[in-house]
Amino acid sequence: MERPLTKNIHAGRQPLSLKEYVSTGGYSSMQQVLKKFTPHEVQQLVQKSNLKGRGGAGFNTGMKWSFVPMGEDCPRPKYLIANADEMEPGTFKDRLLLEGNPHQLIEGMIIAAYAIQANISYIFLRWAYKKAAAILERSIQEAYEAGWLGQHIMGTGFSLDMHLHTGAGRYMCGEETALLNALEGKRATPRAKPPFPQVSGLFGKPTIVNNVETLCCVPHIIANGAEWFQGLSYSGDAGTKIYGVSGKVNNPGAWELPMGVTMRELIEEHAGGMKKGYRLKGVLPGGASTDFLTEQHMDIKMDFKSVAAAGSRLGTGTMVVMDDATCPVGFLHNLQHFFAQESCGWCTPCREGLPWVEKLLLAIEAGMGKQEDVDMLQMHTQWLQPGNTFCALAPGAMEPLQSALKYFREDFDRHIREKKCPY
Amino acid sequence: MLSAEEIKSIDHEVAKLPQKRAAVIEALKIIQQHRGWVSDESVTAIAEHLNMSPAEVDSVATFYNLIFRKPVGRHVILLCDSISCYVMGYKHIYEALQQKLQIKFGETTADQRFTLLPNACLGCCDHAPALMINNDLHRDIKLETLDDLLSKYT
Amino acid sequence: MPTIFIDNLPYEVKEGKNLLETCLSLGFDLPYFCWHPAMGSVGACRQCAVKIFKDENDSTGRIMMSCMEAVKEGLRLSIADPTARAFRKQNIEWLMTNHPHDCPVCDEGGSCHLQDMTVMTGHDYRRYTFKKRTHVNQYLGPLLNHEMNRCIQCYRCVRFYREYAGGTDLNVFGAHHHVYFGREKDGVLESPFSGNLAEVCPTGVFTDKTLKQHYTRKWDLTSAPSICQHCSMGCNIIAGERYGKLRCIVNRYNSDVNGYFICDKGRYGYEFVNSVSRIAEPLIRNQPVEAVNETALMRHLEGLVTQFPLVGIGSPRASMESNFALMELVGKENFFQGTNDDQAYLERRMVEMLQQDGLPGVSLKAIENADAVLILGEDIWNTAPMMALAVRQSVMKTAADQAVQQSSLANWHDAAIKELVQDKKGFLANITVADAPLNKLATISAQDCPDNIARLGFAIAQVLHPVLPPVSGIPENDLQKIQLIATALQKAERPVIITGSSSCSETVIKAAYNIVQSLRATGKDAGISFVFPECNSMGLALMNVPSLENALERIRTNSDCTVIVLENDIFRHIVPEKADMFLSRCKHLVVMDSLHNRTTEKAHVLIPSATFAEADGTLVNNEGRAQHYYQVYMPFNPHIKESWKWLDKIKKLKTPSAGRSALHPDECLAELESVLPQFENITGVMPSHQFRINGQSIPREPHRYSGRTAMRAHIAVSEAKPLQDGDSPLTYTMEGYPGIPPESLTPFFWSPGWNSGQAVNKYQQETGGALRNENPGVMLFKHNKDHIGKFITDYPDPFTPIPGKYLLLPQHQLFGSEEMSAYSETLSELIPDMVIALSGNDAKTLGVTDGAMIAIEKNEFSYPLPLKIRNDLKSGIVLVPAGYQAMPYFPWGSWVKLRV
Ligand SMILES: Cc1cc2nc3c(=O)[nH]c(=O)nc-3n(C[C@H](O)[C@H](O)[C@H](O)COP(=O)(O)O)c2cc1C
Ligand code: SF4
Ligand code: FES
Repeated sequence: MERPLTKNIHAGRQPLSLKEYVSTGGYSSMQQVLKKFTPHEVQQLVQKSNLKGRGGAGFNTGMKWSFVPMGEDCPRPKYLIANADEMEPGTFKDRLLLEGNPHQLIEGMIIAAYAIQANISYIFLRWAYKKAAAILERSIQEAYEAGWLGQHIMGTGFSLDMHLHTGAGRYMCGEETALLNALEGKRATPRAKPPFPQVSGLFGKPTIVNNVETLCCVPHIIANGAEWFQGLSYSGDAGTKIYGVSGKVNNPGAWELPMGVTMRELIEEHAGGMKKGYRLKGVLPGGASTDFLTEQHMDIKMDFKSVAAAGSRLGTGTMVVMDDATCPVGFLHNLQHFFAQESCGWCTPCREGLPWVEKLLLAIEAGMGKQEDVDMLQMHTQWLQPGNTFCALAPGAMEPLQSALKYFREDFDRHIREKKCPY
Repeated sequence: MLSAEEIKSIDHEVAKLPQKRAAVIEALKIIQQHRGWVSDESVTAIAEHLNMSPAEVDSVATFYNLIFRKPVGRHVILLCDSISCYVMGYKHIYEALQQKLQIKFGETTADQRFTLLPNACLGCCDHAPALMINNDLHRDIKLETLDDLLSKYT
Repeated sequence: MPTIFIDNLPYEVKEGKNLLETCLSLGFDLPYFCWHPAMGSVGACRQCAVKIFKDENDSTGRIMMSCMEAVKEGLRLSIADPTARAFRKQNIEWLMTNHPHDCPVCDEGGSCHLQDMTVMTGHDYRRYTFKKRTHVNQYLGPLLNHEMNRCIQCYRCVRFYREYAGGTDLNVFGAHHHVYFGREKDGVLESPFSGNLAEVCPTGVFTDKTLKQHYTRKWDLTSAPSICQHCSMGCNIIAGERYGKLRCIVNRYNSDVNGYFICDKGRYGYEFVNSVSRIAEPLIRNQPVEAVNETALMRHLEGLVTQFPLVGIGSPRASMESNFALMELVGKENFFQGTNDDQAYLERRMVEMLQQDGLPGVSLKAIENADAVLILGEDIWNTAPMMALAVRQSVMKTAADQAVQQSSLANWHDAAIKELVQDKKGFLANITVADAPLNKLATISAQDCPDNIARLGFAIAQVLHPVLPPVSGIPENDLQKIQLIATALQKAERPVIITGSSSCSETVIKAAYNIVQSLRATGKDAGISFVFPECNSMGLALMNVPSLENALERIRTNSDCTVIVLENDIFRHIVPEKADMFLSRCKHLVVMDSLHNRTTEKAHVLIPSATFAEADGTLVNNEGRAQHYYQVYMPFNPHIKESWKWLDKIKKLKTPSAGRSALHPDECLAELESVLPQFENITGVMPSHQFRINGQSIPREPHRYSGRTAMRAHIAVSEAKPLQDGDSPLTYTMEGYPGIPPESLTPFFWSPGWNSGQAVNKYQQETGGALRNENPGVMLFKHNKDHIGKFITDYPDPFTPIPGKYLLLPQHQLFGSEEMSAYSETLSELIPDMVIALSGNDAKTLGVTDGAMIAIEKNEFSYPLPLKIRNDLKSGIVLVPAGYQAMPYFPWGSWVKLRV
């Protein structure tokens, strides 16, 4: 089983220096691209590989790149941004890549930048990733020194600058248009789409925002081809995926596995199954803003299509396991508190709706809920849907809630009936 | 008034961006790094340096939760209160911290040693519960070793 | 014109609009908050949701925000769709979770957009049972009250204040449901357009603080359409009264003039009407009892007007009717402009340029739509604030238009366009005497002495039209500027040149003239706008009568006459010695005015005039647009009358055979038109006083006007007969024509379900467009497209300072310089200090520093003021605030000495 993204990442070891990275074959894809590929060819190859964005939405990466205006008279400068904001609760996969193999990301970024002919790139890193910040700072420096970044890379006409930008908190910064505002030194409220960032992004110029994991796949696709990448997977969605499991399992962690492994394999084999005395009650398959799956879904493949068919989303692929000793209402309250706090305050349904949801859940959890409160929760899940809100934050928040009301309704009712938390 | 060192760091960030004002978040972080927090005077000083109005700087400053617009203690504890840490019992850690330090979220100890703040997911859910003190990440926090941990910060 | 389907019915609609404005224009009721016709869409509030269907077979549809979707051929949407309605209702419920239900004590109650929208969506019962979030309010200065708890976070205030008006001290703070709109700390809001927040905010967060002092609900106001009296722009306003006091001024939409906004001087200047120093009774001085009744007054006047030759002094702040009535009374040859020689000459020149030389004067709307603006010698921020706001829109719109052209974005897509535009701005060159607030927006700005400004202007014209003789001796570093400005004007499709009389220089005006003519000669559709000093300066100048100094001369040769001064403090127009001399020489001095001033003090006979709020009158604004203002309420005191009414009565004393019973303003205008042909068509500003709709007058009071029977209950229980207004089609009751009245007669904007000012969308042809039939007002100039007047070639010499002397120029202050608004107690708090400004060099030569007392001297005139050194000033100039209440008229534009 191939693990292209993580084969050189070893727990407890320093990340690869530039020299070490090169010795494992690093930066050869980049050289190949700059010497032999046209930007269009890179876009096509990546599109053909069927690499889908690992940031949550799962959009075909090469296709996304192809929306960027190209040619002599296109607006300039163009920007490439690596989204390393990773703030979705339950998610810890990008950290692994950032701390473990920074040059892989940098190489991916150079290739992506070349593909869209961007000359300026940023890594938008969340504030809390202090270690990653230091590593990236050093690695970018190394890349400049090696001439992989800067003016006229390898004597070609292509130039690329790369900057590390660390955030100042706020989950919203991960949403790509809010991220752009944050980079511009503004409040991280999202922007209307259209216009899409590919056309009018950072400082009004064409911009691509990609997730860290997405970008890390790129050098390998160049090196080994589209068919190889598709072959890595167990399913229709190509490549490997970094999956993670947290919660009361024996061996929480993150592993690179073929796209499409089953949830059962992940939880039972890689995560070592539930801790003694606990039973699995529900799973958020891809972060806090995905619908619950339950035991009945243990055998679904963890790829975009299959998880969607089961009524949830693959999201970030890092799952949170809820055990039978954890109160689902409390669990939901924790999630909704997070979302309400992290709402940017721009649009009405999210800004006003989420705090209401949070308060309802708190009341129910504390045994002060009424039957109508559940209807009220239901009402919110009905209205806080994509298109009704300005961005995807509030709809994301509704995913665990709507599925909890479906699967754990009895828990809500019991709280109300017994006027206390039964857990 | 900004110090020469602060100005140098801010101007370094300005150089990376097409507009001066785009560096405002960086500037706020730089000030916070030097002074622990961002006072009204600092807001005004940053505004002047970046050709902005104080209201514009503060509008940005108050949006982000890790820009402190109130004084904090010598050490800032950011306790993760997000979902994996919730499942793994961060609340016990919180209770213990409250007891030991006699402060709640948002408060600073009387001796200015610690400020305790809740923080959204720290991205190490596989080692929950987790917290950060200043720039140090601490994972798999156990009640038994909490005292030890705190004692490193004086 | 594309066809769209709304609830399955086809409508032909305009291209390039969003669905919200389209639906509103078609007359549908669709709720909204964050969208504003002048500011475009951002999609934040989510209130304007509709269902949109893919095609006619799609019955599911999708909820979308109508303000964010463009009109497209064949598009199908539903407003009535149950899901869309339910969502809109839900959205209001969310907004109301934190909104205090304090409507009974909220100033906005009854004219609140939030109330209207809440009712419109059908949200009534509260289901949210938790605590509301609360905020601390701020002190924002004397103009606006702040009640943050009422905020519904539509972001309109910051978008107006920052983006539309360019203010920097109001913003949004915090995040999630704690977002806060205010200043970074307590303090006076800096923008002179801040008062608009009271109208821009859809609820009661920002409310008019002056209204609070004598609060009245909108439905209890007696209102009339009026015209702002505080500068020459002629902004349209609505003035409201209750219990004999003027209560508030709000914007009256006119897309050609002020659009949706007015400046703070216009909104708050009204307090002078309620001033304690109002002249309340006729006075005949130096008799045992000075206050007299009308009969005694008339008896006294009879002698004065029949036995002595008459001299009349007109006024740039009095209506056409009053000025004309005075002229009729005294005879044209005895009627003088109330302005001094220099000013009258400048104004005359500007009028001629528009009248005879065919210069195309443009409206504020046209300035907004200009794609390059050059301002010569006028600090319009201070002399014509709404023009400055229009220039700001031009600068922003030009950049936006360029961005829109390069993308497929619609021009209402506000946030996205701002993102594309970034810092880019349209072209503005601001060449003024001193640093001006508008410079922040300018591509090119410069400060110089008037003659040098003129030379720069002539040089620009010469580049544009090379057959003109070159301007010699232009300094090297100005050449590039000249070239840049000329190129920008040349490249533009709709360039506008702005100038005015405040730099006291004919040469500047001539230079502006040459530039416009040069552009026109090369086939450009260039426009010009002249700024005049007062609300009817243009009207008075159009009468084309001699200046104040000529009246002085007349009195010098024959002082044995009766001089009638109309609403004019002549100390504001000539230096005190001359004014004193003039007034003391008049055998009989009759003064009519509304407030006591230095001239009324000297009057032998004083007659109380009505202010604009108590009067009918017509003003001609800076573009030559005649506009009528209507009496809002009968003067609280029967002795107070419109000047023109007094004058008509006096005229009857002189020629009892005139035989007319009463004069109405429309008749007055008809006479004006027949006597002075330059006022042709001015009668079109208002319908005849006999105009009725279905036999009904137009009510000044909304039909819910309350307490009428109770208002006088402490005096008499039987209800008084409503006051009659014989002068206009308006009536002082709530009874009358219930529909939408003609444009010029609109006393308030109201429509069923729309109690706030947002009801204006029911009065427009389309949102943001002209009023239903057309905007009110009559243009007195017809611009002749083909006639291009002669060029001017007598260029001035470069400015050379005279050792020991300084060129005295006025610094106009937005608050303080204009006469009547300075009587507003509220605005008086905002008047900047009096200082004398000199360049650093000159201060050094004089050996003085900031704060030193320096006296300005000329002949017998001497006036000391503290010094403020300003490095934006050229050496040789001394700058002093103009028109301050206590200050005398200064000999502007002349050389003075300074004594340290
Ligand atoms: C509220 C919100 C938060 C998000 N946070 C992240 C994040 O932390 N990291 C990330 O890569 N994508 C995040 N996304 C998704 C991004 O908007 C965007 O789709 C992604 O960066 C695109 O990269 P990809 O195409 O490589 O997946 C977030 C989206 C939303 C709505
Ligand atoms: S859904 Fe609305 S308020 Fe929430 S984060 Fe998105 S834009 Fe902001
Ligand atoms: S008016 Fe359309 S979203 Fe606010």
